[in-house]
Amino acid sequence: MTTATDATPEVYLDWAASTPMRPEAVEAMVAAATGCYGNPTGSHRQARSARRVVDDAREVLADALGAEPSEVIFCGCGTEADNLAIFGAQHVANGVTVCSAIEHHAVLHSVQQLGGRVVGVDQHGVIDLDALTAALDDEVAVVSVMLANNETGMIQPLDEVAALVRAHAPNALVHTDAVQAFAWLDVAKLAAEADLIAISAHKFGGPKGVGALVVRNKAPITPQIIGGGQEFELRSGTHNVGGIAAMAAAAAATVAERPAMTARVAALRDRLADTLISTVPGTIETGERARKVAGSCHLCFDGIESEALLFLLERQGLCASAASSCAAGAQDPSHVLAAMGYSRELAAGSLRLSLGFGSTDADVDHALAAIPAAVAQLRGEV
Amino acid sequence: MSGGVDSAVTAALLQDAGHEVIGVTMKLWGGPSDTGCCAVSDVLDARRAADKLGIDYHVFNFGDDFERFVVEPYVEAHAAGLTPNPCIECNRSIKFDRFLERAEVLGFDAVATGHHARLVEHADGYRYIARGADPKKDQSYVLHTLGQSELARLMFPIGDLTKDAVRAIATDRGLRVASKPDSQDVCFITRDGGRNDFLGERMTFTPGTIQTADGEGVGSVDAVELITIGQRKGLGIGGGGEPKYVVDVDVSEATVTIGSKADLLTAHLDVDAIAWTGPVLSGEFDVQTSAHGKPASAHLSGNRLTWTSPHRRIAAGQSIVLYRGDRVVGGGLAV
Repeated sequence: MTTATDATPEVYLDWAASTPMRPEAVEAMVAAATGCYGNPTGSHRQARSARRVVDDAREVLADALGAEPSEVIFCGCGTEADNLAIFGAQHVANGVTVCSAIEHHAVLHSVQQLGGRVVGVDQHGVIDLDALTAALDDEVAVVSVMLANNETGMIQPLDEVAALVRAHAPNALVHTDAVQAFAWLDVAKLAAEADLIAISAHKFGGPKGVGALVVRNKAPITPQIIGGGQEFELRSGTHNVGGIAAMAAAAAATVAERPAMTARVAALRDRLADTLISTVPGTIETGERARKVAGSCHLCFDGIESEALLFLLERQGLCASAASSCAAGAQDPSHVLAAMGYSRELAAGSLRLSLGFGSTDADVDHALAAIPAAVAQLRGEV
Repeated sequence: MSGGVDSAVTAALLQDAGHEVIGVTMKLWGGPSDTGCCAVSDVLDARRAADKLGIDYHVFNFGDDFERFVVEPYVEAHAAGLTPNPCIECNRSIKFDRFLERAEVLGFDAVATGHHARLVEHADGYRYIARGADPKKDQSYVLHTLGQSELARLMFPIGDLTKDAVRAIATDRGLRVASKPDSQDVCFITRDGGRNDFLGERMTFTPGTIQTADGEGVGSVDAVELITIGQRKGLGIGGGGEPKYVVDVDVSEATVTIGSKADLLTAHLDVDAIAWTGPVLSGEFDVQTSAHGKPASAHLSGNRLTWTSPHRRIAAGQSIVLYRGDRVVGGGLAV
């Protein structure tokens, strides 16, 4: 997506952080905001009108996620959905939580706060299934393994995870953070064995501030926000009607164009990654390309500091990221690369270029001009 | 930009002077903090000041370097019985080394900070740090390690202003930090826990004996490393007679020596690792021994300072800064 602003064109390659809203989503959001202002829990016509918007959206999301409408719980964001899954399962069995070492902090910090078990990954960033098995027993309440990683893009073997959980932790619920996956993968199929599935609207063309958790088969989750009993008593609070409508519109558009879009973006990503690897010395691609989501290009540049690289790229109109940003906006060392066994020095030179439904050949061209030049400048070669 | 008024006004003045300005906050300390440059609320203040001025703003994470070059040496120095100044070390190894280097590689000509200090070119052809215009806020002491190579790439735009003038400019520019209180003390030491808790989590303290100058044991302390020269309270040796002060601390011998107020005074101070801003000098200097202390005159011969009139003893490891007039000409560490 290239837009001409000032002199430098802005090239956005940070779609894993957030995406622009799809036109369908904007339209749905404006329609809800201007058309139905009632509180969906009320009984009069205005309320019923808002309620209908929410329930229409619920059906769209249910289809997109392979769930029943009554299994879709709307909430405020992906992090809230993950928190609801982890903290909501605490009362199951003996309350032991388990997750992979590469989870988003929404899961990882929740599990760590509860004193749970963190399972390592291999050098490619895929969960170690033997280590997972060793972490499972009757005391486990929930096992959380993301469908696709937010930094490396690596897809996790969720079916195998679920089978191990059923065999070795019979009381446990299987949760998957599908926040990064939904834009690219058929979550309905790949997460069919999961009891809980978290998504976030702004990762696939919806607005910020809305997400959902699938709670399948009346999995025994306890609410974390208490009040009026909305969302089948699992998430109180007045619905974000416009946001929910927009998320559904974005989800429908995503599902409709996913096969074609994924193939198109994967080709762009491959050209980007292959060219950088072949033209910039000391470039390492993390993980295995074949097991990444289509939009993910994650590289480490030897001897480079991500912060300095990102600064120069932004000066060239390119918006990208490295690992996750801390609350202050600084780049924190990546816990994902650490779990994969990368040295702190090499991990400090990581660059995440993430493409999305609006990415173009021109974006890739721009990145292929800017990145080698910036790396050369930082290495003192120019 | 720390999030304080000084660095916000620094950015404004640079902008007024026609420079292309980028605001940067360094994330240094990830642990608990009352104030200083590390808290997220300070980053908000810095970011909003940059927004108000319409300049780009970035946060750089130098947390690993801060731990390695400032925090670890701070703990090691205390373990060795020294009294280090971590702000000076941060200036030397982070702000005016790692950060300056980063700015250079990114293509910038200079780094400016909101220190109350001036940069002067002396008749001898060298650049020097000089005292800031506001004597109450002068920060030249903590900049004494800067040499010619650094000074050539630095700017201190508010050094000519009083703090009141800085705040007036901030008010005039509509900066919310105009009345924000000054930061205090070391950013990684909290008021609640203090230095003792911070060090206690990172090192093992040495129990020791309190003795008189004659070596007579008069009490004991749990942590020799936490006793400071000049300290009077908290020794558990109250009672009648003339007040007693700590006049010497020796971690390797695990002793704390006490004496009278007169015993606190000394004729000499030996200074280690003196670095000169310009040429090597000797003779008379105004000597400042703490960040907010009053300077006293002394004569330097070799590494030995002889005070013009007897001076209170200085804890080993403290930075000793030598001034000629209002210029910092060199400095080192008290032995």
